[in-house]
Amino acid sequence: MPEQSPKARPRLSPLRLDRRTLLAGLGASLGGAFPAWAQGGAHGAMMGAAPSNQAPGVLSGERIELAIGHTPVRINGRMGHAVTANGTMPGPLIRLREGQDVCLSVRNTLGEDTSVHWHGLLVPFQFDGVPGISFPGIAPGQTFDYRFPVRQAGTYWYHSHSGMQEAMGLLGPIVIDPAGPEPQPYDREHVIMLSDWSPVHPHVLLKRLKQMGGYHNFQKQTLAGLLAGRDQPLSERLAWGRMRMDPTDISDVTGSAYTFLINGHDTDANWTGLFTPGERVRLRFINASAMTHFNVRLPGLPMRVIQADGQDVEPVETDEFQIAIAETYDVIVCPAKAEPVAIIAEALDRSGLCRATLAPQAGMVAPLVPLRKRPLLTMRDMGMDMSGMDMGGMGMEGGTLDLSAPSDAPPSGHAHHGAMTMKMRDKSLAAPAIRMGPGVATIAPAPIDRLADRPTGLEQVDHRVLTYADLRALVPSEDRRAPTRHLDLHLTANMERYMWGFDGAKLSENPDPISFRHGERVRVTLINDTMMPHPIHLHGHFFELVNGAGDKAPRKHTVNVLPGGKVRFDLTASALGDWAFHCHVLLHMHTGMFRVVTVRAGENAA
Amino acid sequence: MSMRLFAAVLVTMAGTAGPALAQMADMPGTMHDHAAPVSSPDEEASPPPIPADHAADAIFDPAIMARARKATIHDAGGMPFSMLLIDQAEWRPGTGKNPQGYAWNVKGWWGGDVNRLAIESEGEGLAGEKAERAEIQVGWLHALDPWFNVRAGVRQDLGWGPHRTHAALTIEGITPYWFDVEGSLFISNKGEVTARLEGSYDQRITQRLILQPRAELDFSAQDMPELRTGAGLGRAELGLRLRYEIAREFAPYVGVNWETRGGRSARLMRASGDDPTALRALAGIRLWF
Repeated sequence: MPEQSPKARPRLSPLRLDRRTLLAGLGASLGGAFPAWAQGGAHGAMMGAAPSNQAPGVLSGERIELAIGHTPVRINGRMGHAVTANGTMPGPLIRLREGQDVCLSVRNTLGEDTSVHWHGLLVPFQFDGVPGISFPGIAPGQTFDYRFPVRQAGTYWYHSHSGMQEAMGLLGPIVIDPAGPEPQPYDREHVIMLSDWSPVHPHVLLKRLKQMGGYHNFQKQTLAGLLAGRDQPLSERLAWGRMRMDPTDISDVTGSAYTFLINGHDTDANWTGLFTPGERVRLRFINASAMTHFNVRLPGLPMRVIQADGQDVEPVETDEFQIAIAETYDVIVCPAKAEPVAIIAEALDRSGLCRATLAPQAGMVAPLVPLRKRPLLTMRDMGMDMSGMDMGGMGMEGGTLDLSAPSDAPPSGHAHHGAMTMKMRDKSLAAPAIRMGPGVATIAPAPIDRLADRPTGLEQVDHRVLTYADLRALVPSEDRRAPTRHLDLHLTANMERYMWGFDGAKLSENPDPISFRHGERVRVTLINDTMMPHPIHLHGHFFELVNGAGDKAPRKHTVNVLPGGKVRFDLTASALGDWAFHCHVLLHMHTGMFRVVTVRAGENAA
Repeated sequence: MSMRLFAAVLVTMAGTAGPALAQMADMPGTMHDHAAPVSSPDEEASPPPIPADHAADAIFDPAIMARARKATIHDAGGMPFSMLLIDQAEWRPGTGKNPQGYAWNVKGWWGGDVNRLAIESEGEGLAGEKAERAEIQVGWLHALDPWFNVRAGVRQDLGWGPHRTHAALTIEGITPYWFDVEGSLFISNKGEVTARLEGSYDQRITQRLILQPRAELDFSAQDMPELRTGAGLGRAELGLRLRYEIAREFAPYVGVNWETRGGRSARLMRASGDDPTALRALAGIRLWF
C-alpha cells in the first residue's frame, strides 16, 4: 500500500498526551508544515508498495515538479527563514524506480539563482545541477527540466548547490526501488533524514569562523579543567600548544549555534515512525547536514547495515555507526516489543543530539540518552602515530597493511611523546604539488590508512561500531582492471584563518582541474593533512574503496577521510563531462575545498 | 543489472589495450589491490592533458556559463570578510594623584585570506579631556605564512604634543603556545625611528572566563624632548584583564594596568611634573562586529 496519508496532526493517545507533543502538533500550523513522509506518526511505506502520486509528500512518476521558494519555519521555538522545495523542510520524498525515465522540473520562485543537485545519482553532466560546472543555474522565475534515465537503485538525496541554500533547508530524500527483487527484504521502511539548523544565516556563521576559528567551540580545554584533572595533562597541553593545535577542535559549527533535526523535527518535537512489533523495519539514514557528522544508534537494538551510499553491501550487524555529511546508510532493525525505541543522532563533537522515536503507536516518546563526553584528538589524528603499523590486529604483509582484523584496540594517542619532536609543517615532507602558502598550517608527517579505524570519538565505546573495513559490496565490481596510474590529493587547511583546499589551493585561486581520460582506471589516494574529518564527494561517479575487500570493494560517492589518515579508492572515469569534486562540509567547500574534475574522450594512452 | 551492462559497455568503450582482467587470487585478509597492483612506475600512464574547453559550453550559452563559472569559483574561497574588534574600551577610575581616565584599542580588517585593508587605533586620556596619547594606523595586511602577517601603512599621531606622521611596518601573528605578538617599526616625518613590541595571551579559566595578561613596550632610537621621550625604552605597559564572554563578541572585563617609563623618558616626565609610573584599576568592554 502506498504511504498512508496521516492526518495533519499525529494521532495522540490520550494516555500519552504531553504538552510538548501537543505543542509540536500545534507547531505545524505555525509554518512548520512537513511533507507526509516526515510528519510525526508517519506509517512509512510498506515494501513493494506502488508509489502513487496520490500520497502527499511523495513524488513519483515520469514527471515531477519542484518549486523552490522561501518558507518561514519555527524550530526550537525560534522563527527562521528557510529555502524550501514545495514549501517544506525537508522537501518532498522523490520515489523512483530503477529503469524508468524521469523529468524533474524545478521552478525557481526565489529572488536569487537556485539549483538542485541529485546527490549520488548517475546522470548526464548537464543535469547534475552544479551552477558554473554542469549548467548555468536556475535564474529567478525560470524553470529547468532535468531529464535522465534512472540507472540505479537505493537511497539518495537532493540539495541545492547554489550559495548556501543547502544549509537553509533546500534538501530532501530520493528513494529508488530496484527493478528486480530487493536483495534484503523488509516489511516497512522509514526515511531518517538528519540535518542541522540555525536561524542565523550560514554566511554569518562563516564570517564568525573567519573572525575566530574557534568561535562556536564551547568545549575547549580550560584551566579549571586542568585543575580538576580533566582532559589532557599539562605536558600534553604544552606539546599541543607548541604546535598551535587544539585537540578539542572537532566541529566548526556546534550545538551552540545549531539545533539538530531528524526529518525536520528536533528532540522535543520527537519525530515518530510507526512499526508493528516483529516487523523488519528498514531505516534509510541520510546525513543532509551542512556541518555536522553524526553518531547514530538505537540504544538496545542492533542494526543490520544493508546499503552504504545507496549501494548494496553484504549485511553487517553493528550497534552504532558514524555517518559523515552527505553519506547514506540503510539499516534493518527488528523491534520485537511493543515499546518505543529511540533513534539517537549525536553530533560528532557531542555538543548536542537529536532523538526521534520508533513506536508501535503515535504519541509515545522513547527515553533520551545523555550526551557522552566530547572526544579529544590524538597524535593519530595528526598523522603522527608511529605505532599505527603494529597495533593489535594489524600486521605488515608485503609492505601493505593487513586490515583483515580490524583493530579494536583504541589508538594510543598518549604514549608517543617521542613523536612530538616531529614538525607539523615539515616542508621536506610536503608533496611537490602542494602550494605551501598561508593556507597550509600542517602536513601530516606519517599519514596512515585508517579505513579499519573506528571513527573519531567511538574508539573506545563498548559495543560494535561500523568501520569502512566492514563494508563489502554485495555484488562484485564489474571493472576489475588494474589502475594504470596513481593520483595523490592532499586535503589541506589552516583552521585559524579558516582556509581549506586541495594541495594547498582554494578553488578561487583557479587551480587546474583534475583531468581523467574517459574509461581509464585510476588509483586515487586522499591524504588528510588537516585535523578534521572531510567527507569528500565526487559527482557523477561511484568509486571503489581499497579496504581489503578485493573484488567486493564497497562503492561510494562520498568518503570520509579521518584526520591524519589516507583513503585509497579506484575510480573508473566513466562519465564524460565536467564534475564537481569537493568536501561536503559546506563551509569547507565555500572556503576553497573544491575542484573541478574533467572526463574527456579520445587521446587514449595504451 | 543495468549497472553491469553499463560498465561492460564502458570497459569496451574505453578500449584500453589488454586490460588486466585476470582476477588475482584473493589472499584472504591481505590488503591487496583490486586486480594486479598498479604497474611499476615506468609503466605508469601519464595524466591526460588539461582540457582547454568546458563541457557545459557545448550545451548552454558560453557567455552565461562563463559568468556562472566565475561566480562558483569566487564563492569557493574568494569571498571577502571583515572584522571590527574593539579590543579595549575601558574606564580607569582615579586613585590618589592619578586622575580617572579612559583608554581604547581598536583593530579592523576587510578583505580576503591573503590581502586585507587594515585599520588600527589606540590611545588614552584623562576624564573630560582630549586624548593625551592617540594614534590611528591604516595599511595593507598581507599573510606571510599560516601564522604571521605583515602590515605596511601609515600612522598618524593625534594626541598631546606635536602630531607626527609615520611610515609603519608591522609583523603580527601567533607564536607557538598561542601567544599573540606584534612588532612594529615606525619612521616619522621628522626622520625619528621608533619601535613597539606587543604581546598577549588568552588563558581560558572556564569556557567564557578568560584572563589576558598583556604587555606593550615602546622604544626610541633617539631623544625626542618635545614628545617627552628619551632614547631606549619609552613607555612600558603591563596589563591584566579578566573578561567574561557573554557572547564571543560581547565581553565585559575588569583588570589592572601598570604603566612606567624607561630611564631617559622617566626623567623627561618628572621634569614636566608628571609621575612616570602609574598603577590603575580598569573596567571595560570588548566587542566586535
